[in-house]
Amino acid sequence: MIAAITDPWWFQTTLRVVGGLAAVLLVAGTLVYLHLFKMVSFMQSRLGPMEAGPFGSLQLLAEVGKFIQKEDIFPRKADRFVFAAAPFVVLMSTFLLVVVVPGGPDAWFVDSEIGIYLGMAVSSVSVIGILMAGWGSASKYSLLGGLRATGQLIAYELPLILAVLGVVIQAETMNMQGIVLAQAEGEIFGWGAIGNPYILTQGVAFLIFLIAMQAELTQTPFDMPIAESELVTGYMTEYSGMRFLLFFIGEFATAGVFSAIAAVLFLGGWYIPGIDPANNIMNVLGPIVLITKVVVLTFIVFWVRFTFPRFREDQLQKLAWKVLIPIALANIVVTGVLKVAF
Amino acid sequence: MTAISDRDQLSYIAAQAADARVNVELETEGMTLNIGPQHPATHGTLRIVAKLDGEQVIAADPVMGYMHRGYEKLTEVRTYPQVTTLINRIDWVGSFANEVPFILAAEKLMEVEAPPRAQWIRTILFEMSRIANISLFLGDMGLQVGAVTPAFFAFRDREHVLNQIEAVTGGRFHPNFDRIGGLKDDLPAGWITETKRAMKKIRSFCDEIEGLLQGNEIFEARTRGIGVIPADIGLGYGLSGANIRASGVDWDTRRDNPCGLVHDELDWKVWTHVDGDSFARFWVRLQEVRESTKMVDQLLDGLPGGPVMAKVPRIIKVPAGEAYVETENPLGVMGYYIVSKGDLVPYRVKIRSASFNNISITPWLLKGVYVPDIVTILGSLYFILGDIDR
Amino acid sequence: MGLVPGLIKGLGVTGGTILRTVFPDGIKKPIPNPVKGAETVQYPHEKEEPSPRARGVIALHEENCTACMLCARECPDWCIYIEGHKEKAPPRRAGGKPRQVNAIDRFDIDFALCMYCGICVEVCPFEALFWSPEYEFSEPRIADLLHDKSRLADWMETVPDFEPYEAGSEAKAKKVPPT
Repeated sequence: MIAAITDPWWFQTTLRVVGGLAAVLLVAGTLVYLHLFKMVSFMQSRLGPMEAGPFGSLQLLAEVGKFIQKEDIFPRKADRFVFAAAPFVVLMSTFLLVVVVPGGPDAWFVDSEIGIYLGMAVSSVSVIGILMAGWGSASKYSLLGGLRATGQLIAYELPLILAVLGVVIQAETMNMQGIVLAQAEGEIFGWGAIGNPYILTQGVAFLIFLIAMQAELTQTPFDMPIAESELVTGYMTEYSGMRFLLFFIGEFATAGVFSAIAAVLFLGGWYIPGIDPANNIMNVLGPIVLITKVVVLTFIVFWVRFTFPRFREDQLQKLAWKVLIPIALANIVVTGVLKVAF
Repeated sequence: MTAISDRDQLSYIAAQAADARVNVELETEGMTLNIGPQHPATHGTLRIVAKLDGEQVIAADPVMGYMHRGYEKLTEVRTYPQVTTLINRIDWVGSFANEVPFILAAEKLMEVEAPPRAQWIRTILFEMSRIANISLFLGDMGLQVGAVTPAFFAFRDREHVLNQIEAVTGGRFHPNFDRIGGLKDDLPAGWITETKRAMKKIRSFCDEIEGLLQGNEIFEARTRGIGVIPADIGLGYGLSGANIRASGVDWDTRRDNPCGLVHDELDWKVWTHVDGDSFARFWVRLQEVRESTKMVDQLLDGLPGGPVMAKVPRIIKVPAGEAYVETENPLGVMGYYIVSKGDLVPYRVKIRSASFNNISITPWLLKGVYVPDIVTILGSLYFILGDIDR
Repeated sequence: MGLVPGLIKGLGVTGGTILRTVFPDGIKKPIPNPVKGAETVQYPHEKEEPSPRARGVIALHEENCTACMLCARECPDWCIYIEGHKEKAPPRRAGGKPRQVNAIDRFDIDFALCMYCGICVEVCPFEALFWSPEYEFSEPRIADLLHDKSRLADWMETVPDFEPYEAGSEAKAKKVPPT
């Protein structure tokens, strides 16, 4: 996570890899503990895990240990390569996605001019992973889950991207760092104290992004692919042990990374009002600020997940094609018009 | 008796023919999906063999019997108190309600009437078992459509009712409290105030479920118009209880045919709904729980004093004869037909359980629905496996 | 689609539950205390008290038992095993005849088979069996669930007194014999 250091390439690469792993896995672990173990338990009038570590904080470590020592089961008719590769494909798209997220003015993995475009492109790779999991499991339930997931994920890619386009038009750049700086240095009707977080002007796009993100993560109310009361766990049914853990962590890691992107696009990323963006302290404070915003956004994601029932597949598709896409397109038109007019 | 249209009948026959063809040869089109017997959605070991075309069901067939325990044969070699113990376990969530029709039928044969206090306490426990049973349904329906939280609320608030049942009978799920001629024991001190508090908690739970599920647009989209049962077809298949009341039929055995329970002395109403879809079944049951809490409050206020047991001999020998009594149990109409030859044990007991008839409509109902709707419909019909298979 | 009202109300219900669990004392004490606010009990650190009438385990008061076999006969599972013999007891007053009493050699209840229905406690004409709300007697071996005479007598210490009845009842409260 450090640039501007003239070190040999292998040092920089190792640093980036370690930083990427930490950014994804530690954040995923924190989210699992805070939201899955504690927040949802409080919502259901219970306490969640309390035995492993103080207030159950080491529960995830215990679960990882449990999963690692499990038997590696392959269904007999499963296509071994496809079955084994599927979790890695899904996780790979998450790791590729996290490299575009900036953590501070100098703390980034990749500072690309097509930042958000790159991010959206690689996030679609997970669809292939899910389809591989559903097909490779050689089970009717998994196949149903995989097919449902493919249709849903492809349908909700569009509102996601169209919502992002509004932000890009307003920021005049696809570079993620540029978007953060545009929010930091922007002004609301001449008042520059808190910058110009795009949630204020792109509120509609923010809502669409949240809904589409919920669908991309296959969380309730869009969790038809997993649909626990019908298909057990859909495309993940036949996975056990470490492979299941990869899917599980991948789900929370992707939630964290998507929330990070939403925080960067709409909430100002690593910027907090009061501290100058060019200040070097932001290299340390920035990631902390970003993670706080990620925790808040994922709180909303999981709050919605554990409250609402799920949509049926055709209702899901109707929502995406007939409601979200027209609204997103209208948002783009309005943003473009206002951008030119002012 | 039924008004099934010609088109419906033809499509039903066509589906049966398709079944037969598919059973004989290897299936080349469509997919046969086995829902159960181990499945999160079928409340127990029910198996539904569904022939699918993509996501639509062409034909569905329930296969029951995975939990058959031979109750009717068991009763031929058990004395009446022992039978009372066993039949607690038929509908295991509607604890006390299982015993009531059996005891009433036996009392009919013995020509013994329980004293008024016993009848009132019987009605209190009967309604409380209804509250416990249907509260589970309210939480479980949310689980079937994907919301996990209502299930936790249901179990949390049901505890209060179960604690009260335990305080008087000793058992939370299997009270074993009804006896021929009255009840086993009387109420402990302080029970009436505690039960009123429990009823208040159940009412607040109903309000929570109303806010969380009933008013939820996603829930309405999943349940409105799904699994519509016209009244005449429902009656033709033998549906009873809230299932048929949701289709507009105003039939409640508590009001129309009370026998040994004191519902006619209370001020209550029967809830019906005209739609007949899954949402209507959910709505009717929610109102029924509220109505039951009000009934329990009235019963607790008007409880008469007196003994709880009539004069019956110590060793019970029911005189020869036949008697059939049915009551409005939480799942539907449950009835016991006792044939006695004057022995310590009944000669034959036929158990009419509600869920067995309630799911006989599934082949007709599940034609042409989507796979997620199978789960919604089965959840809204609300059966308990012990009640189907006995 | 009119999505707003019902969905927001649902979020309000669950959000309210989170707040009630984390801050059980409301606005008066805004310190997070979920251990108090949750409705669950952290077994085995704290345990709930079952009601006094709860059917946990059966206790035997041996002095009252006459080995009449009624409980063993009425049990739906036939899980009570009784063996007894007749013996001569000393006369009640001086100069009388020795009287014949039943003494029990073996009185076992197999709690692996027991349905916890209570028919045995109810039919005993001499009030030798009592219910106790104890429930923590699980064993690693099923054979250890056969409680013999001495173990059943030990359970008598846990039998609570019979509770008084509600007003309006004509039933008379029974008494547990002192051990």
